[in-house]
Amino acid sequence: MPMIPITCTINGETVEATVSTRDTLADLLRDTLGLTATHVGCEHGVCGACTILFDGRTARACLVLAAQADGAEIETLEGATASGRIAALQKAFHDHAALQCGFCTPGMLLAAAEFLEDHPAPSRAEIREALSGNLCRCTGYQAIVDAVAAVAKGTEP
Amino acid sequence: MKPAEVDYVRAETVEHALALLAETGVDSKVLAGGQSLMPLLAMRLAGPERLIDIGRVPGLDRLEIVGDRLVIGALVRHHRVATDPLVARAAPLLAAAAPHVAHPAIRNRGTFGGSLSHADPASEFPACALALGADIVLVSAAGRRTVPAETFFEGLYQTALGPDELLLEVSIPVATPDARFAFVEFARRSGDYALAGLAAAARADGDRLADLRLAFFGIGDVPVLAAEAAAILASGPHAETAIAAAVATLDAIEVRDSAAAGAAYRRHLARVALRRAARALARPEAAACR
Repeated sequence: MPMIPITCTINGETVEATVSTRDTLADLLRDTLGLTATHVGCEHGVCGACTILFDGRTARACLVLAAQADGAEIETLEGATASGRIAALQKAFHDHAALQCGFCTPGMLLAAAEFLEDHPAPSRAEIREALSGNLCRCTGYQAIVDAVAAVAKGTEP
Repeated sequence: MKPAEVDYVRAETVEHALALLAETGVDSKVLAGGQSLMPLLAMRLAGPERLIDIGRVPGLDRLEIVGDRLVIGALVRHHRVATDPLVARAAPLLAAAAPHVAHPAIRNRGTFGGSLSHADPASEFPACALALGADIVLVSAAGRRTVPAETFFEGLYQTALGPDELLLEVSIPVATPDARFAFVEFARRSGDYALAGLAAAARADGDRLADLRLAFFGIGDVPVLAAEAAAILASGPHAETAIAAAVATLDAIEVRDSAAAGAAYRRHLARVALRRAARALARPEAAACR
């Protein structure tokens, strides 16, 4: 099996690994590094559960090869939690019961965080649009939109 | 849902990528943003022997105005097309279409060149390229050539790109102050593949439209120019009778059946798209409409 050495930064730490050329970044994060907040749902870019940050922007870890991460800066939900970047969103998800099984939650949080950084005062319709690539099969989305709106400034609750 | 075993080479320069592509006897596929290719690999719909990753090749993400053309490098990402003020000014149709491309996390990675080379019939940018009269610059170890959008898209996921060629950049005439455009797309959910859509570009000439180009997508194997409808709409001032006559010409355009929607429904959506676009184009502030 072809293998390739890579060096990247993951949650602020330099990581050196030798990865299989067919492994996705999600495989590397979960199976090799034990960063299991990155959930793997559909493995073809539809569900959004594996959302991470790649060079500062959200990306789907199932649609990036681990080999492509060479030289990249990766942040996972673990890193975003440790830095406090998404603390307000996490509290709002808790307060609004914006999760049930929790499988989609890591992706929802990272997608919502980037969206609110780009759009500090969105409408509810804009929040729904921004999260349209993250599938939740439990909540019906209402509570998730409530939670994101609660963190956004000026959005009608 | 994982890719099969595959070799992987990271190209350091354009020349390096072209040398790799020139090697015969190995089935190679260029990997850029990977947002269309990775799902194909995961679902084993594509199974190349080797991936040539151009993702970090310097210079391929240029975005600039050269003379009267906007040059978009192959690696310019959809998010940048959607948000860069230069695109909003020089090619507002692209800026209006970009938010319709998949979802934010996909737009952060997906590339303009990748979208055109993948040539998904439901994708937005190939139709925009056609409506805007884009030139597509291809390069190989043997040299470079320019292919107009009209002849670049050859069939379902098929383009003029040869096996040894790389899509280098796309060149689009810069929008003039009298430019008008409209973009209409129908999809089941936000970010889903289009069931039908229309990218339209024109110039205002008094109370008429000049150089009107109507590029439909999602209805056939390739984006298609509705030349007859455009000629009718551009033949006189804005009138509902002209719109009705233009819509009637769409009956002659071939529309594809698919699992997502039947041909009759897609044709209906194409008609609605044309009506909306025609009305939007008649307004001086003509802009995107859903």
